Amino acid sequence: MSSALSMPARRASPGVFVALVLTLAIGWLVVAIDGGQLFSVPTTVSLLHVAAGLGLVAVGQTLVVIGGSLDLSVAYVISLSTLVAAETMGGDDAALLPGIGLALAVSAGIGLCNGLLVTKVKINPFIATVGVGLLLKGYLDNGYDGPAGRTAPALVQTLGYQRIGPVPLSFLLLLGVAGAAWFALARTRFGHHLIAVGGDPEVARLSGVRNSRVLVTAHVLCSLCAGLAGIYLASRLGSGAPRVGTEGLYDLESIAAVVLGGTALAGGIGGVAGTVGGVLLLAGIDAIFNQLEVDAFFKQVIRGVIIIAAVAVYAQRVRGRAAP
Amino acid sequence: MRRTITVLAVGTLLVLTGCATDEPATAPSAAASGPAGSGTGEQSKFFVQADYDRELALLDATPAGPDGKPWEQALQPTMVDTAKFKKAGPHKICFSNAGLNNPWRQVGFKTMQAEVDAQRSRIEQFVHIDAEGKDQKQIADINDLLGKGCDALIVSPNTTATLTPAVESACKKGLPVIVFDRGVDTTCPVTFVNPIGGYGFGHVAAEFVSGNMKPGGKVLALRILPGVDVLETRWSAAKVAFDKAGVNVVGVEFTDGDPAKTKKIVNDYLQRYGTIDGVWMDAGAVAVAAVEAFLDAGQPVPPINGEDQLDFLKLWKDRKLTAIAPTYPTYQWRTPVIAALKILDGEQVPSPWKLPQPTITQENLAQYADPDMPPLHYAMCGCTDLPGYPDRWK
Amino acid sequence: MEIAERRPLPLRLRRFRAGSLVPIVMLLAVLLVLIAVRQPNFLAPPSLLSFLGRSTPIILLAAGQYFVIVSGEFDLSVGSLVTAQVVVAARLIDSEPSRTWPVVALLLTFGILVGLINGLVTTRLRVPSFITTLGMFLILVGAVYLWSDGAPKGGLSEEFRRFGRRAFEDVPGLGRVQYALLVLLAVATAAVLLSRSDFGRTLVAVGGNPRTAELSGVRVWRAKTIAFVLSGLAAALAAILLGGYSGVSFQAGAGLEFAAITAVVLGGVALGGGRGSVFGAMLGALTLEMLFALLNFYGVSGALKSTVQGAIILLAVAVSSVRSTSR
Repeated sequence: MSSALSMPARRASPGVFVALVLTLAIGWLVVAIDGGQLFSVPTTVSLLHVAAGLGLVAVGQTLVVIGGSLDLSVAYVISLSTLVAAETMGGDDAALLPGIGLALAVSAGIGLCNGLLVTKVKINPFIATVGVGLLLKGYLDNGYDGPAGRTAPALVQTLGYQRIGPVPLSFLLLLGVAGAAWFALARTRFGHHLIAVGGDPEVARLSGVRNSRVLVTAHVLCSLCAGLAGIYLASRLGSGAPRVGTEGLYDLESIAAVVLGGTALAGGIGGVAGTVGGVLLLAGIDAIFNQLEVDAFFKQVIRGVIIIAAVAVYAQRVRGRAAP
Repeated sequence: MRRTITVLAVGTLLVLTGCATDEPATAPSAAASGPAGSGTGEQSKFFVQADYDRELALLDATPAGPDGKPWEQALQPTMVDTAKFKKAGPHKICFSNAGLNNPWRQVGFKTMQAEVDAQRSRIEQFVHIDAEGKDQKQIADINDLLGKGCDALIVSPNTTATLTPAVESACKKGLPVIVFDRGVDTTCPVTFVNPIGGYGFGHVAAEFVSGNMKPGGKVLALRILPGVDVLETRWSAAKVAFDKAGVNVVGVEFTDGDPAKTKKIVNDYLQRYGTIDGVWMDAGAVAVAAVEAFLDAGQPVPPINGEDQLDFLKLWKDRKLTAIAPTYPTYQWRTPVIAALKILDGEQVPSPWKLPQPTITQENLAQYADPDMPPLHYAMCGCTDLPGYPDRWK
Repeated sequence: MEIAERRPLPLRLRRFRAGSLVPIVMLLAVLLVLIAVRQPNFLAPPSLLSFLGRSTPIILLAAGQYFVIVSGEFDLSVGSLVTAQVVVAARLIDSEPSRTWPVVALLLTFGILVGLINGLVTTRLRVPSFITTLGMFLILVGAVYLWSDGAPKGGLSEEFRRFGRRAFEDVPGLGRVQYALLVLLAVATAAVLLSRSDFGRTLVAVGGNPRTAELSGVRVWRAKTIAFVLSGLAAALAAILLGGYSGVSFQAGAGLEFAAITAVVLGGVALGGGRGSVFGAMLGALTLEMLFALLNFYGVSGALKSTVQGAIILLAVAVSSVRSTSR
């Protein structure tokens, strides 16, 4: 972990991609034996849509986790963002940009709150983000009885349902956001500082990094990603939905995707590419189990085992590397 | 030093609360947020007077259809022609399910599977995908099912408004779509199957509770969650009934369906008011816990409503409660399969297909309180004639 | 998870107890005054005892969670463990009184076993406890739904339920004394003694600085594993009481892990480990329960409760964190 500064954020990704390829190959075979078709166009489109929603959140989550923090308020940020976007748009294309802008602004504001609570008030990120999540939950429960607002039709037609071949526009958006996050981590000063802060805050501070500013930025970016996921969901659902974030378990699922991708929860190690792999792995498992009509509860057990096993494997590799 | 930092902390929190309530310009009316303890609060924004009137009228309507088979009956049916969907069997029927995440849906789904088994000669394949209570997944699931060559598609939507576009795109594929339980905001499905609905449920329960207690008595309303349309309609109808009866609703509380939380809430209200004269619930899941809270406090159990879950029916019978159990019958899970087969035969079907919604009262309690069934089974499953009864439901 | 809490820690054991209890006691006092204003008879012994009795499960969970948190880890699996235990108990007892005691023994073993697995996976396989116990959460919930086909079956016997539901009636001066209170008294005493024993101090040292502890000859993995076992055991006891109090349901343990962690943090225990007291953690749980009762008494709308809860948690933790950094 101390070598974080010299080690760019690319390290852990191959593992998850090997797992992804293996899972999809075995899944394809089993589904084929079952008489189905895993890579038919509708199934692939569905898989990529599920991946796009979770992926946007998980990319943001990767940034805070690398910085040694985490964000458990994302599920509520997503719900709020769908509502802000859909209500501002009110089904009117003219209000498209204000809707998106306002949703992102609100999300960024929440990220700022999270970041300040963690860095300035020095509340443990777990408690700080759960607390902020509770505040948002109260607001949503109190103000909304169900879906509200209407997403601009232009957004529904493009981001929500448009696709190029089997690849939905939303998945391209995810790739774009992930690419930007990768660039920020690997090529910018902010990225290097973030990895340093996550690796060892004390060392980072001594070497002149302004820890607070870096972490607050990461939190704002994380919430922005969640806000973006909310906008995507609003385009998919056609309206704002006060419970879409919590129903989708985006808080825990995004953290699961991040660690599956090889990012260490303690911070300082990991990267966005792995996270996208983790997201595709989770979505792939979903798709395979859908085709086989496996009980959702069984799937949950399998997920639990996979998450623990994956992180155990990463931990052994880190240990193997650390031992001379 | 310490003080300045504390001030900073408090200041940050204020900022935080500020941005947490950052309202969009077109914020909705905050509904049902009247302070509990001062009555029933504002009316839910889900309340639609016309729907309410229609449902209450349906409560007294005589169903058309075979006697003793309420899942095949319909109230005030308007038939639609389905000749264009006629197709030779055996069929492949697909089902996009909102979730299996509560006992009601479990019992319902078992009933549906049993109905499919009973029709095996005509159904070659039955494909089921569980959306696990996630809108986003269900939209993807429906899209996925459209590529599977289904002859008919049954949808039980997770959320009305948000699933509408997906159901519309399914209709465009040309296969017959049948929606049940929660509806969608479009008339493109061939038919929409559901019982009378939430207004009927809430109204029957509230009339019973207010009619069996002393005038002006204190009612505690226990609800599961805010914002679920089916439950909101139940409460909004109860609110109308309570306002009319002039009872004093001392509290409207959310239990999250958690029995421990329910007992704590009832306990606190007993402490705060001394006695409670009636309990209204929007669902039966925690009815037993509410009754136990009175028993444990050594207080008489006031008039209360539950649902057709067997733990409540058994307790009602054993303790001779003053109770009623309006139902949201699980037999409605049989109807979509029956409807799909009729449509594929080109037979006319009712659209919408309104099913009767029976109520369990003191008179017919003995008929439903079967001591051999598990505590969370729903008595109104209409499943006793299906293959595998009773073991499949145990 | 060793987040942001990595400020230099003293090599010797700090006297951590003094001072750290002040905020929680103050908060508790404020809540008591507020309740007394609105509901004076709440402070009468019978109703206070009944309140204490029904709060016992969460207090037990907070005590168990304390040991895990002070050693620098998390246990997110306790809520699902409680649910699993209650559902398993109902199915195995199946309303048959004679099976009560064997099932109670089985539940305790089950709790210990889950704690053991959590502990060993965390310490030996080096999986962060957040992930271990999150995975365990998914596994337990999935498995118990799978095993019971999605709806709890069977039923709890009256013998089983009396632990959480019944009481010694007509105790002079006190009225009803619930059985749960005896469990609370026993567990609280044991927890306080344990936290002051060599093991308890070792655990704090392990949470404060694992490397230093390791170097001074402590077997870190063993201490942490025992902490997880204690949390599992506490969850088993809580499940027995909670199942007794309210019967079978899949909701039995929902959200209890967050409640327990919140309680522990309210009680002045540092997430990340190394600082705090088990007594504070239990007071934190009591405070949290009192907060909910207060909201009921003041008729705060159900939907707004989470906002109030969130604000109070943030405020309490902010104040104590600012206190500790400025010291």
